[in-house]
Amino acid sequence: MIGTIFLVIIGVGVVLCLLRMMKGPTAPDRAVALDTSVTVTTALLVLIGLILKREIYLDVSLVYAVLTFIGSVAIARYLEGGIR
Amino acid sequence: MTWGWWVTGFGVIFLFLGSLGIYRMPDVYNRLQAGTKCTTLGAFCTIIGVGIIEPTWFWTTLIIAVFVLVTNPISSHALGRASCISSVPLCEGTKVDQSKGFCRSKDNDT
Amino acid sequence: MHKKDNNYSGKDRIEGFLWLFFFLVTLWLLLTSTFNYQEFLVGIVISFIIAIVTHESYIQLGFPPITLKRFGFLILYIFILFWEIIKANLDVASRIIRPSLPINPGVVIIKTQLKSDIAKTILANSITLTPGTFTLDIEEDRLLIHWIDVKATAIEETTEIIGKRFEKYLKVIFQ
Repeated sequence: MIGTIFLVIIGVGVVLCLLRMMKGPTAPDRAVALDTSVTVTTALLVLIGLILKREIYLDVSLVYAVLTFIGSVAIARYLEGGIR
Repeated sequence: MTWGWWVTGFGVIFLFLGSLGIYRMPDVYNRLQAGTKCTTLGAFCTIIGVGIIEPTWFWTTLIIAVFVLVTNPISSHALGRASCISSVPLCEGTKVDQSKGFCRSKDNDT
Repeated sequence: MHKKDNNYSGKDRIEGFLWLFFFLVTLWLLLTSTFNYQEFLVGIVISFIIAIVTHESYIQLGFPPITLKRFGFLILYIFILFWEIIKANLDVASRIIRPSLPINPGVVIIKTQLKSDIAKTILANSITLTPGTFTLDIEEDRLLIHWIDVKATAIEETTEIIGKRFEKYLKVIFQ
């Protein structure tokens, strides 16, 4: 029960990030909103694993965190304007 | 393990506040401030709280939490530097701007 | 990212390799959290290969040798960092909730006396996680900081307010 309330609160947070991603006037705005929503989603996956009692969600969350960290750094390198 | 739920709830509140900050703040740099600080502590507390509720998962959740704590400032710093180099304007009401001489793209140096 | 010339002595190489290898094996044990000997064997082989390939990059980071004093200061530093992170979050959260959005942002420069790259990286990350400050760029010994509530503009004052409380511990740990 209380876990479901937590899921709803985090879901509203992700929706707020997505709204900023649609609105954001410049490209870095959108990248920042994406980065934040990714961190929120990592925590969300762990919480879903707790509610469904499946340990595999922890591994999914770890791999998600690693891959999206690399993705954020790659987007930042691209926005800097040089691919070296 | 009821106090694990308290730690998780503390983290969830900060995750929500971080997202609200992303929506409300006026420019990129202030958004990065809100997004980085609040979501880092929020994700850390949520994941550690899950580890306290289910003690057999504790070490794996500790690894995920420490990984988030280490990498989140780095990716935010990379994004902040990128928006500084691509000269995103500061918002109105900014008091000082001493960024002269910083934030050059390294390609133009030599 | 140009590589430095890497003429490390054999002793340095073996030390770096062993530290990295033990770190990777510990990480593997924490992740699998079982002591099945087949899984342990696979972990040792994979850690061995990764440590052989990447030990040069590990030596380039330049970690200082571990002593008891450094270790104690590191633990103390972690506790202080946690306290500062919680203070920072309450501060930023109170700013976000209020309808008037009371921010007073600015971009300032601070100076640091730390030399090695890894020390400067840890300093920059700590500054990012603490009240109202965010590292934008580093050049030599100067850091560009975005400050959400500007209290001073001269370099000496900003260094005193933002950098000093971490720098005195990092100086002991890394020098």
